[in-house]
Amino acid sequence: MSTNTITTQKVNFKVFRFNADEDYLPYYENYTMDITSEEVVLDVLNRIKWDHDGSFSYRRSCRHGICGACAIKVNGRSTLACKESMTTMIEYFGNDITLEPLSTKRAIKDMIIDKADFWEKHAAVTPYLVADIDECPSCENLVSPHDAEELNEADLCIQCGACHYACPVVEINSDFFGPAAFAAAYRFEADVRDNDTQRLINVNEEKQGVWDCAKCFECAEVCPKDINPIEKITKLHQMAFKKGVAKNNVATRHAVGFLHSIKKHGMLDEGGLVLYSEGPSIIKHIPVALQMFKKGKIIMPWNMPKSDNLDEIQKLIKSSSTVKF
Amino acid sequence: MKQLKYALFTGCTAKQSTPEQMMSTLAVARKLNIELIELTEASCCGASHLQDYDDFLSLVLNARNIAYAEKHGLTMVTICNTCQLNTAMTKHRLDKNIELKAKVNEKLAEVGLEYKGTSNVIHFLYAIIDDFGLDKIKEMVVRPLSQFNIAPFYGCHNIRPSELHDESHKQKENPYNPTSLDDLIIACGGKNVEYEEKNKCCGFHVELQAPHTAAVLTGNAIAGATDNNADMMVTPCPLCHLKLDTQTKHASEAIGRDVSLPVLHMQQMVGLALGCTPAELGLKHHVTEVNFI
Ligand code: SF4
Ligand code: SF4
Ligand code: SF4
Ligand code: FES
Repeated sequence: MSTNTITTQKVNFKVFRFNADEDYLPYYENYTMDITSEEVVLDVLNRIKWDHDGSFSYRRSCRHGICGACAIKVNGRSTLACKESMTTMIEYFGNDITLEPLSTKRAIKDMIIDKADFWEKHAAVTPYLVADIDECPSCENLVSPHDAEELNEADLCIQCGACHYACPVVEINSDFFGPAAFAAAYRFEADVRDNDTQRLINVNEEKQGVWDCAKCFECAEVCPKDINPIEKITKLHQMAFKKGVAKNNVATRHAVGFLHSIKKHGMLDEGGLVLYSEGPSIIKHIPVALQMFKKGKIIMPWNMPKSDNLDEIQKLIKSSSTVKF
Repeated sequence: MKQLKYALFTGCTAKQSTPEQMMSTLAVARKLNIELIELTEASCCGASHLQDYDDFLSLVLNARNIAYAEKHGLTMVTICNTCQLNTAMTKHRLDKNIELKAKVNEKLAEVGLEYKGTSNVIHFLYAIIDDFGLDKIKEMVVRPLSQFNIAPFYGCHNIRPSELHDESHKQKENPYNPTSLDDLIIACGGKNVEYEEKNKCCGFHVELQAPHTAAVLTGNAIAGATDNNADMMVTPCPLCHLKLDTQTKHASEAIGRDVSLPVLHMQQMVGLALGCTPAELGLKHHVTEVNFI
């Protein structure tokens, strides 16, 4: 806030309560409190425990946005409790605030969840440097500032899980590694000292890997450290092509198919793209395609619109392409 | 009021699988006396898939599209969330990075073009709201949609990343509680429906490689709208529209419950309220029938 005056307002809190050892079902408790413009979400958690109910449980340690323990959901939005100011939350959601754990179905006690899936996925991407390093070097192993920049701050991740439990795909596809694990994978893939050969292949596998990301940008939006996981995911896609580990499958053909289409028409040929991506499996799209055709939603190949000045586009594709598949 | 004039980037979908979106865009522009100069030279924006393959090439192609809008001296309007994302993201990256801009311009020079950074890139939804004005729309409504509960479906790429949205548009949008589309529904006389999925993802971009994920996301969205008494949904994104309109069978199977609602493009909703005919708005091009007219 730009002014120095501290303001106070009444806020109604609806707080998720659950004790896996005792309760059959979770329930919500209501508290009304005067909240000052200086407070962060963690202050509210503390006040609930100190002033209302000593049994109220949550994780916190550093109170400085470093340990990553305190992430919870405020009105459905993943939030690092010790960093997020209540003023912003009130601006976003008004004076009725719901506090829940990052994932209600993983709740152990109140705000505390079982983060096992998060850690399993983190471990699965080889989140460490794989390199032959002389353990007793005569001088330091220096990394140039330019090379260090390649990490794009992925090394600043605090493993809070805010992005992981905001990701819609994590909730549907239990194999999916999720945004934080991908950011970790990128952090080591982008490290010039690393020479692991399996990691990039691993994070490009179907179901678990980056190709199942729905590109919703939820992870970028919630990250309290501005890691921008989706940006790292995009880079992992690109690296797979650059390093020649991209497999020939529906997902990679879908990406490459855009290039073919643009080369030919300037525009995307929607039908052609599906055919190119799916190959013979195109069959499964036929019922929907027929319905669409009946409604005038499918253009015949001979009627495909083309961009004007297509020669310019083709020339640019020739001169500006940086990848081969 | 001075006549509004924009360079229209249609994207690919409006020319193929959602002809009704093109028709209704033009119909609404006529009603509002907005002049749209179609950028017929534009290429596909890459839909964030070409971006997975060749980042630099996608920047060059998108910069070329913007350069054509700049040539007209006009703000570019997009009519697809994903076009908006990729075009505005290109602009953001080139405007922030002089070196990258120079590299891109080196390529564009080969075809006699230059990206300067002089044209803004906005989605048509916000052109209507920010530049034309909701109050004026309200005054022009001849057929208020007052008997309908309408569920807004925002689509990810118009509201996230929010920094990009706020940089491109006059009206800020809270990605956790967006309001523009709700306000537009109200201006058209309808009742806006609150539901949890209104700012969630439809799954379009993983439809081929992760059909189950995509179908569940679509199903959840339609179910959420239905459970909150929506008569129809409305979206500014033709890709969301394709999912919600044409994929109800897969969506229903995926969530184990029959879901289906008529889905309007934002332009069709405005067009209906302003008195355009169903034919002008291409309502017959929907797979899920629009059966309330
Ligand atoms: S962009 Fe991808 S990884 Fe990030 S939250 Fe969305 S689906 Fe998950
Ligand atoms: S990427 Fe950001 S949100 Fe995700 S775990 Fe790391 S710090 Fe938390
Ligand atoms: S909701 Fe779907 S089509 Fe729409 S912007 Fe998100 S991913 Fe794209
Ligand atoms: S308490 Fe450590 S990050 Fe919040």
